[in-house]
Amino acid sequence: MANLERPLSPHLQIYKWPLAMAISILHRITGVALAVGAMLMVAIFIAVAADPECYGWIHGYLANKIGKTFLFLWTFALFLHLFNGIRHLFWDAGYGFEKSTTTKSGVWVIIASFILTFAVWGAAYYCTNV
Amino acid sequence: MSLRTPLSEAKGLGSAKEGASHWWLQRLTAIALIPLATWLAFAVAMLGDASYETVVAWLQTPYVAVLLILFVAATFYHTQLGLQVIVEDYVHGWLKVVTIILINFLCIAFAVAGIVALLKIFL
Repeated sequence: MANLERPLSPHLQIYKWPLAMAISILHRITGVALAVGAMLMVAIFIAVAADPECYGWIHGYLANKIGKTFLFLWTFALFLHLFNGIRHLFWDAGYGFEKSTTTKSGVWVIIASFILTFAVWGAAYYCTNV
Repeated sequence: MSLRTPLSEAKGLGSAKEGASHWWLQRLTAIALIPLATWLAFAVAMLGDASYETVVAWLQTPYVAVLLILFVAATFYHTQLGLQVIVEDYVHGWLKVVTIILINFLCIAFAVAGIVALLKIFL
């Protein structure tokens, strides 16, 4: 066990939360949220494979205000994780490490996530006339 | 200065010859999921009234079944690798090993369950 008396480095709440740090933390949080979402997706496939009643039961939980709010947040989490993942792939290839570039790419990750999230929900409302 | 022998450096394979496999598969599944996840988000959004019959008919379309099975496989592989990295950072000792084993089992179970459900609907 480590010596707990030794001085610790400053913890998260001490820092000023630059954008890069916020997105980095969000990447993990959205990753975990999407893992839960993926499991729900499998549950939906199993419900469809079972029978209409089972599908109706799970559909009932998702097709209301609370369910749609969760689905909206999941959509945003998906695109945030996806676009920041692309940002990571560029870093892996050796591009975009300058401080000004990382801030710019971070801003674009957030803008793109909002645009794609609203595009998906726009498509949903356009196609379903809800 | 490197501590590795010139031969091992030239081969560049690492000690177990798979040092980068976790890292590489995380990226490989990530690249596969960029088009798959974007397609799925829009496809589900445009499903329409989402009645049972609509959803079943959609899932029985051959290209949809193929893409969804690929999506489920890539997603749970990516999920397993990602969750394991998080656990390795924050959980220590025997609890780390137990958590990683559980994550592996859970992800494989969900992947197989999802693929079997998709095949049952399709066939």
